[in-house]
Amino acid sequence: MHKYDFLPLHNGQSVPAGDLPLLSFGTFRHAVIDGVKQGLDLAALFGSDVEGQIRLTAVLASHSEGRLYTASTDVGTAFESLTPDCAQAQRFEREIYEQWSVFPTGHPWLKPVRFQQPLAQTADNQPPLSRAQRESFFSMDGEEVHEVAVGPVHAGVIEPGHFRFQCHGEAVYHLEIALGYQHRGIEKALSSGPNLRTRHYMETLSGDSTVGHGTNHALMIESLAQTAPPPRAQAIRGIALELERLANHLGDLGALAGDIGFLPTHAYCGRIRGDVLNLTASLCGNRFGRGLVMPGGVAFDIDESMRQNLIKRLQTIEAETRSAVELLWKSPSVLARFEKTGTLSQPDAKRLGLVGVAARACGLAHDVRHDFPLDIYRFAHIPVSVGKEGDVFARAMVRWLEIQRSFAFVVDQLTALPEGTCFNAPPSLRPRHLAVTLTEGWRGRICHVAQSNDDGGFQCYKVIDPSFCNWFGLAQAMRNQPISDFPLCNKSFNLSYCGHDL
Amino acid sequence: MLDLLLARWKQGHQTFKYPAGPPPVLPQRFAGKPTLQAGQCTPDCNRCLTGCPTQALKKSEDGLSVTLDLGKCLFCRACEHACPKQCINFSADFQLAASNRAELCLPHAGEPSPIMAEEAIRKLLGRALKLRQVSAGGCNACEADTNVLTTIGWDLSRFGIAFVASPRHADGLLVTGPVTQAMRSALEDTYAAIPHPKIVIAVGACAVSGGLFADHQETCGGVSSLLPVDLFIPGCPPHPLTILHGILAFLGKLAAESDT
Repeated sequence: MHKYDFLPLHNGQSVPAGDLPLLSFGTFRHAVIDGVKQGLDLAALFGSDVEGQIRLTAVLASHSEGRLYTASTDVGTAFESLTPDCAQAQRFEREIYEQWSVFPTGHPWLKPVRFQQPLAQTADNQPPLSRAQRESFFSMDGEEVHEVAVGPVHAGVIEPGHFRFQCHGEAVYHLEIALGYQHRGIEKALSSGPNLRTRHYMETLSGDSTVGHGTNHALMIESLAQTAPPPRAQAIRGIALELERLANHLGDLGALAGDIGFLPTHAYCGRIRGDVLNLTASLCGNRFGRGLVMPGGVAFDIDESMRQNLIKRLQTIEAETRSAVELLWKSPSVLARFEKTGTLSQPDAKRLGLVGVAARACGLAHDVRHDFPLDIYRFAHIPVSVGKEGDVFARAMVRWLEIQRSFAFVVDQLTALPEGTCFNAPPSLRPRHLAVTLTEGWRGRICHVAQSNDDGGFQCYKVIDPSFCNWFGLAQAMRNQPISDFPLCNKSFNLSYCGHDL
Repeated sequence: MLDLLLARWKQGHQTFKYPAGPPPVLPQRFAGKPTLQAGQCTPDCNRCLTGCPTQALKKSEDGLSVTLDLGKCLFCRACEHACPKQCINFSADFQLAASNRAELCLPHAGEPSPIMAEEAIRKLLGRALKLRQVSAGGCNACEADTNVLTTIGWDLSRFGIAFVASPRHADGLLVTGPVTQAMRSALEDTYAAIPHPKIVIAVGACAVSGGLFADHQETCGGVSSLLPVDLFIPGCPPHPLTILHGILAFLGKLAAESDT
């Protein structure tokens, strides 16, 4: 008898699809709610079409045990919503409704997720929602109450989203975030893979997390094909993933400094981030790591002179970074802006199912590299960086801790790179197998769930970007904050719009 | 205070000399403009064509050559690896931009026409160009490498170029992404809000041709399907140097420079 009636799995383990328990809806619902109450995270809850029948699959993640639990249930045109008893389910149920037209009865906040066309083959294609239909936001009435709308086109060089603030004077009472502007139909396109385009979709799904999603996808293919990349490739992948983390965290600290007008760190970090991107470009020719990570390993090796050159450059970059970032913590005006701004409590973070930097900043010590390690992270452990107060300061400090730890990791890996080849061409996917892969992208937990069909293709491929879990956290963190602190809060989360919208 | 001054001194002056000096050194593995050897193909060999994720390659009528549409190219090098005769080679040339969409098809039929904008535009905008950026389904890589031009290394402002918060303040649009259906009206409204004369710059494979998403019904297949584009900058994402070169060449700021 499995715990929660679910099938236990490890990260990256594939099982015959027939082993996946198909539970009655009541048992399924109870198990998910119970699991989350016990402290597990709802990493995935999504629908798929099995010969005309809509099937829901859930993946629960136990960070303390390092195990995943999965099961499925079949549903008709409606099901009893889990959300009233399990807030983490809210985002997934809204997505299920939108993608499969299956109604979660009793869902307290059934808003669109991406305004996308249903994936269900049986549903009639509805025309996209008109602008008027998109305009249904919660509103407030009263003296001195006003509404501020920002986006989709907003002031910076940034992806589009819509933010609707209900304000009383300067204070934000409620923020509602409406996304979907970046929806390109990637999940629909993935279902015909794996093919020539699949890897490229993974790399551009969330363009600044190319290595994150690329690695997670490679792990998925390797799991379904029952193959492993050589140790040298695993080390190079780890190097690439940590370089991606470094570049983005550096950029974020610079941007946070810019948002409060602290120009020294803003200027220096902006430049240093480019230097880190150039390290990635040295590996594969592309600053974002496109074309580096492949199912089977990596496409580019590191020769001796490059290895030494990378170490030398890293040491210089680390020293320059320290000089730039430590200015932040020494400046009382910076701390005054960062501290107690955009605070999210740990219970709220847990209830909402936040992941990654935002969760760790609230004291939730969840990190896939530590809790569900795969590849090189099984051998080289990076301490988990945790904050306390859940405010902008904590999210900045977690980034700074991760920067320091990633620098050390990359230099360690480069110093002791395993011998051997860096690529094992994977065989075809085993038919009718299911796997779950998790990777700690720089924002947080990336989750892919895929099942192969009889012909070695995908029966389904579900992608959950960490931003999908965290956007609600930003909305929550903005409550009772002055609206002028919104750019700062937004940047402290720095979530992906296209990773959410797919 | 002293810490700030010390840091300032340590960090030093970081702005690149380009175009007044040589460009920053690009990594050895950088994939720039490809060269294609004509007349070498085996007529029934289609390896580069079938290996391309965006169908950027076409075989000539006589079956002896291929053309590559840089506007669709992701610079993934699959064709370079697939060709049994090594006819396709991605060079270190970062100068990829074109003001004419047809010019992105390589190899060029004749001499490539200059990227420079017409004189009236250059006179008006050449010394102060304000751009409104719109991400219409971009994955954030083109956006990030466009944004990086405003950091101190590249320092776009020294050319009089800046990104502005409102289309009302802008001289032109810089668009990234394949233009999702969801962003279509926002993009059109933003374009309409820019006073005349205005220009449109499409940055990245998605904006130029729809890229990987060209045949997705969720996108419009690139900016040209909706707006008149004045400058095309291919890449996935284009290197900041490619974007900078394209914009400067368009404004005529590189006319006095010899080929770098």
